[in-house]
Amino acid sequence: MSQQSSKNPVINLQAVKVIYKYEMLRAWETLLQSFASPVISTALYFVVFGSAIGSRIQTIEGVPYGTFIVPGLMMLALLTQSIANASFGIFFPKFTGTIYEVMSAPISFVEILIGYVGAAATKSFIIGIIILITAGFFVELDIAHPVWMMSFLILTCITFSLFGFIIGLWADNFEKLQLIPMLVITPLVFLGGSFYSVSMLPPAWQTVTLFNPVVYLISGFRWSFFEVADVSVGLSLAMILLFLAACLLIVWWMFKTGYRLRQ
Amino acid sequence: MQNIVSISDLSKTYSSGHQALKSMSLDINRGEILALLGPNGAGKTTLISIICGIVNPSTGAVKVDGHDIVTEFRTTRSMIGLVPQELTLGAFDKVINTLRFSRGLFGKKADEGYLEQLLKKLSLWDKRNSEILALSGGMKRRVLIGKALAHEPKVLFLDEPTAGVDVELRKDMWTLVRDLRESGVTIILTTHYIEEAEEIADRVGVINNGELLLVDDKQNIMHMLGKKQMIIELKQTINEVPETLSAWALQLSSDGSQLTYTYDPYEQRTGITGLLDAVRDSGLSLQDVNTSQSSLEDIFVSLVKEKS
Repeated sequence: MSQQSSKNPVINLQAVKVIYKYEMLRAWETLLQSFASPVISTALYFVVFGSAIGSRIQTIEGVPYGTFIVPGLMMLALLTQSIANASFGIFFPKFTGTIYEVMSAPISFVEILIGYVGAAATKSFIIGIIILITAGFFVELDIAHPVWMMSFLILTCITFSLFGFIIGLWADNFEKLQLIPMLVITPLVFLGGSFYSVSMLPPAWQTVTLFNPVVYLISGFRWSFFEVADVSVGLSLAMILLFLAACLLIVWWMFKTGYRLRQ
Repeated sequence: MQNIVSISDLSKTYSSGHQALKSMSLDINRGEILALLGPNGAGKTTLISIICGIVNPSTGAVKVDGHDIVTEFRTTRSMIGLVPQELTLGAFDKVINTLRFSRGLFGKKADEGYLEQLLKKLSLWDKRNSEILALSGGMKRRVLIGKALAHEPKVLFLDEPTAGVDVELRKDMWTLVRDLRESGVTIILTTHYIEEAEEIADRVGVINNGELLLVDDKQNIMHMLGKKQMIIELKQTINEVPETLSAWALQLSSDGSQLTYTYDPYEQRTGITGLLDAVRDSGLSLQDVNTSQSSLEDIFVSLVKEKS
């Protein structure tokens, strides 16, 4: 049989490549579901919130309402899509049993993570960009800090894909797979200022809202567009990095202990 | 180095408290076909799963080609191919894509020529662009074998390879296994059929209740395990075995109507003809004669007894 190319490589790049490719292929093969449906639902939000309701609200902190909701809409799609993609990507092989091959391969959790989470984050990123372009057809958009915008976009994609990956590892049935996105994420995003400014709430609710991590995400992201924010941009960045670190820690622990993967 | 896989004091207790392996030690020779024989739940799959990295061992160590499976897992796992018992495949994947995936996953650069040759050997080349969903059970099993061989492993584990496989495919599989051995691959397969172990293996290890009862060359094992019994039903009842038949160490049934002779069918001389002649000469008349192969169950019971 052929020779071993290198005896003990630090990272198995071939494996990262095939996992990433496999996951991306899954998206292309279900193109309509993967990319078209988030665009359609975003367009619907624009029609309902932007045009129908927005025509009565006019501006929030000097930004036309239709434009104001763009960052929130993007976040809504990014969070739900990242979680859905990443959780399904790892849950399904577990469900069908094909995970045996990944577990018996000469790879560590680093390759698995880069492959699966990388692909899920890429898909979310593409969806985010598509939504941004779609929004450009409905409203006038000027992005004040494009670099910050991109950074927030990429960080959110990675962080929530990681979070989805954790859910996929944790879930041992389809119900659990849907549980957190439906019962936790969707409410947090809707209550996190996607469609309004936190300052529009009564003072007591403003305080409650500060416990919602999504507020920081949307606020920071919105600042990169309009320089309008509910909390300071530094705090937003710190919160997202904190969440990223927490997710990494959990994933590391899960692989270390073989959690629901390796007995 | 003679051994390709070296297992020492390996044990596994699952979190449920079930002890699947009890301090097992086993050396697997380079280039051999080893059959692990044992009933369901004996610990065969657990043993394989540990070596392949799917299950963590509780205690003990395994070396593959001199490398530890935990500290040097990248090296050991890239040498191993596994064909699992269940037909676990992504339903919507194309055959060729799933093989490419397997090859890459195990760190090998793409090699379309090798995969073509492999698919042809498995009679799957025509189906390379089919979705796995559309394949028959036998073809799916061949796809699993293809995936396990996609990275050119040195050691191949086949977990119950003939479960749900028809005669034709089984023959093809054994041909493939022999070809692989010719090319230098070490093959370990599990089975609960003695006949299967006999047909294909060089050596046989017998496992029961998480213990390796014995491991030996096939010939020796077959002598030990392959005992047959001949039951002679008499027309009359007798109180004791006649003196003239003492050489055959017969057992008389409690009602005195049956004589049981245990013999080794692999011996040149089984003693059957002589026994029947002697029975006739002693004046006993026969009602019926039948023979039976000792079942795997009997064998385990007797092996366990012998050990204790």
